[in-house]
Amino acid sequence: MGRKVLLQHIDVPGINTFEVYRKQGGYASVEKALKSMTPDEVTEEVKKSGLRGRGGAGFPAGMKWSFLDRKSDKPRYLVCNADESEPGTFKDRYLMERIPHLLVEGMITASYALGAKSSYIYIRGEYMYIVRILEKAIQEAYAAGFLGKNILGSDYSLDLYVHPGAGAYICGEETALLESLEGKRGNPRLKPPFPAVAGLYASPTVVNNVETIAAVGPIVMMGGDEYAKIGIGKSAGTKLISASGHINKPGVYEIEMGISVEEFLYSDEYCGGIWKGRKLKAVVAGGSSVPILPADLILKTAKGEQRLMSYESLSDGGFASGTMLGSGGFIAMDETACIVRNLWTFTRFYHHESCGQCSPCREGTGWMEKVLHRIEHGHGHSGDIDLLVDVAKKIEGNTICPLGDAAAWPVASAIRHFREEFEYHVKYPEKVKNPKHFEVEPFVSERLVAAV
Amino acid sequence: MAKVTIDGIEVEVPDGTTILNAARQIGGNVVPPAMCYYSSLKDSGGKCRVCLVKVTQGSEKDPRPMPKLVASCRTPVMDGMVVQNITSPEVLEARKGVVEFLLINHPLDCPVCDQAGECDLQNLAYEHGASTTRYEEDRRTFEKRDIGDKIKLHMTRCILCYRCTFVANQLTDNRVHGVLNRGDASEISTYIEKAVDNDFSGNMIDVCPVGALTDKTFRFKSRVWFTKPMDAHRDCDKCCGKVVLWTKGDDVLRVSARKDQYGEVKEYICNECRYDHKNVKDWTIEGPRHIDSHSVIGQNHYERVDLLKLKKEVERQIEFQKGKPLPESNPSLTA
Amino acid sequence: MEDSKTIQFSADALTVAQNIIKRYPEGKQKSALLPLLHLAQAEFGGWLSPEVMDYVASLLAIKPIEVYEVASFYTMYNLQPVGNCLIEVCRTGPCWLRGADDIVEHIEKKLGIKDGETTADGMFTLKTVECLGSCGTAPMLQCGADYYENLTPEKVDTMLDKLRASGKRSNYLTSNKQEI
Repeated sequence: MGRKVLLQHIDVPGINTFEVYRKQGGYASVEKALKSMTPDEVTEEVKKSGLRGRGGAGFPAGMKWSFLDRKSDKPRYLVCNADESEPGTFKDRYLMERIPHLLVEGMITASYALGAKSSYIYIRGEYMYIVRILEKAIQEAYAAGFLGKNILGSDYSLDLYVHPGAGAYICGEETALLESLEGKRGNPRLKPPFPAVAGLYASPTVVNNVETIAAVGPIVMMGGDEYAKIGIGKSAGTKLISASGHINKPGVYEIEMGISVEEFLYSDEYCGGIWKGRKLKAVVAGGSSVPILPADLILKTAKGEQRLMSYESLSDGGFASGTMLGSGGFIAMDETACIVRNLWTFTRFYHHESCGQCSPCREGTGWMEKVLHRIEHGHGHSGDIDLLVDVAKKIEGNTICPLGDAAAWPVASAIRHFREEFEYHVKYPEKVKNPKHFEVEPFVSERLVAAV
Repeated sequence: MAKVTIDGIEVEVPDGTTILNAARQIGGNVVPPAMCYYSSLKDSGGKCRVCLVKVTQGSEKDPRPMPKLVASCRTPVMDGMVVQNITSPEVLEARKGVVEFLLINHPLDCPVCDQAGECDLQNLAYEHGASTTRYEEDRRTFEKRDIGDKIKLHMTRCILCYRCTFVANQLTDNRVHGVLNRGDASEISTYIEKAVDNDFSGNMIDVCPVGALTDKTFRFKSRVWFTKPMDAHRDCDKCCGKVVLWTKGDDVLRVSARKDQYGEVKEYICNECRYDHKNVKDWTIEGPRHIDSHSVIGQNHYERVDLLKLKKEVERQIEFQKGKPLPESNPSLTA
Repeated sequence: MEDSKTIQFSADALTVAQNIIKRYPEGKQKSALLPLLHLAQAEFGGWLSPEVMDYVASLLAIKPIEVYEVASFYTMYNLQPVGNCLIEVCRTGPCWLRGADDIVEHIEKKLGIKDGETTADGMFTLKTVECLGSCGTAPMLQCGADYYENLTPEKVDTMLDKLRASGKRSNYLTSNKQEI
């Protein structure tokens, strides 16, 4: 049974209310921090814990906190990134809906560490019903004296607000999020300057994912060193994995980093194996933006070692044979899934979500979608596959923000690992006219057939 | 002051200068092109990605290279920075890629577009573009519209440099047009029919790098290389009154603000100067305006070459380059 | 055609709006634009007409074009009238893997409209949208504030019938969840 740090009490009835949450030990980190720790000491614990940003980038949270400009006399802000829009990811929604006080507690403790007097939770607009849940939890926290003026009789005051988005994946990028929080179009800013220096209202700001902030409470209570003992190597702690696709038990699972991908996929404790008695074909391990991997490469690295659920192990092999943990949006596909069609839905997504500021992303995402649409619907020709690879290459690295990379990597990886399937679509357009072509007859690699 | 080396040529510039502006001080081929940056428009730049360069050494203090190509128009120089522009094949590949992206939704309007001959995109495509297109999909299209009664917007030609919105913000405080929608459906528009009635709106035409925003009073009147540009001025209480008259014989076909060698207007003009004085008698003519001899406009041979000025310029270049190593030869340039 | 003089929040909505504005520092009231547009959309028939947007601009002392730019950028703001119930079906990869295409096809047949259209009686508008963060309970759709998950054609039929019977206009701020 894996250790649970965030979802320990998730099944206690009424855990979404202040009363029950408090009884289970909730808000103890606020008491501990305000009564016996300085803000820098709290930051130190987070640094020691090895906690990495759980939104997808995996940047060490403690280091990000230490970059905050503490010399400026501008007000400081902590902004929680609850814009969760990466396809395959739904863990923040689960956490906020079922145990909202975990996030509120983390926001208070983290804001104290950063010296923020007002903090915001930026939540995607589609989660509007969760805005109500969070606002209620915040009201309860105010009523109990954990928010507002002079919290618990200390001289620390904090106001916490929820701010809804309105439908834009790009607002999950931290600078686009800040633009949106300021009431503007979600156009990412050029970095530098970084938000730690000039963020919200040109003031020092830290933007962290929901899960990252939710971990702050437990880290302060158990101590950073204890947290660092969980997990493996530089992947400390636990991670919420959103498992979806062709598995028996889709849902949110909290795992200790370092369990094997095989265990995660097949054990009844987690995904429970591939549904309908089918075989695994491919996995997108960290949300649509990370490279897709075929079954053999997701279970074992190119070197033949068992692949583990951790930042390092999933990235083993780089772009040639690896992927990334990313947001932990684990999408599994069985043998009837069409890689080309799945990729088309992803490129359609990025095309729809591009903010349009910079030319490679604005034009390139549309181009890739249109070419893939043709290939998937039986109008592709042989030059299209190399064209896609070239377009993806020309977008990667040349954009203002990582959305361009996120759009390019799925294309490059799908073609790298499943080129035959693309060629099949081009060679046999009649066979792919039915959108469910591989459900009718699973695609079999000619290469594999020849090898048998 | 900070020293920066671009393509092997060192120059010293004030702190906070961007790589692009440092390169402009060197001049010549070392200067990256710029489609969205405009030196007199605050907040412009960083979007088109045409000016991407490679920073192989961040600074003297921290010599690590920058992991990705950076936009030279928005990246400040640090002392000891080493930059590669045309000496880097990676940069040239990226630039070719960006030019291709700019052209895939751009209509082949050159034969009917007023901007031909003074179009930044034409020049850029000529330098860095491919001779054929690989794009066989449908292009996004829009209907032609009027922005105000003197400006025609061909949204199909727009490359979304945002300059027109910046100039509106900077010169007036009641901007009525902006960027609507997102992605490649982005559109410059007033959303509902609205009069653009501020007195400096015509400057949108000058800052637009392509033929998206054009002067209706000049529309289809003449190809720009058949006109003679003349520097002129008049007493104006609203603006500097310094313009360029584009003439054909005795007729003034068009009036525009003066652009420098990088196609940037430094002093904006009011609408009265731009639209309401199309008679040579309204102006004090200063003389023919010098336009870069590489430009098609210069093919008109309307200027007598000032040999003395030319000699001085050549001497200045020689002095500047003395003792500086030549850029390493770049095989892809000669391929 | 209402002109901007007649567009105004009700007293209650105005109080909510003013409280929203107070969340942000002095001089930064433009931050309230996104939540205010949600409020305005719910108040004024489920969409944002130019007059409504001009009103919101006046509440925040910003230019109308700044509101149009924001409203057209974000997908949750409807700049055209929509039916009583806006049915938004997720169509991205993980939902597609679990049969989202079938659900869309089923709704199109049941209501006699295509993606993006509204039924003749003005009751339903169908829209396919991108990932709604419900991949573990796919296929699914959103109607106003409510998520309907683990869909089957039968459940969809039940939902449509009950929504029609409830007669309420869906909006993102108030739940109208039907048991399916």
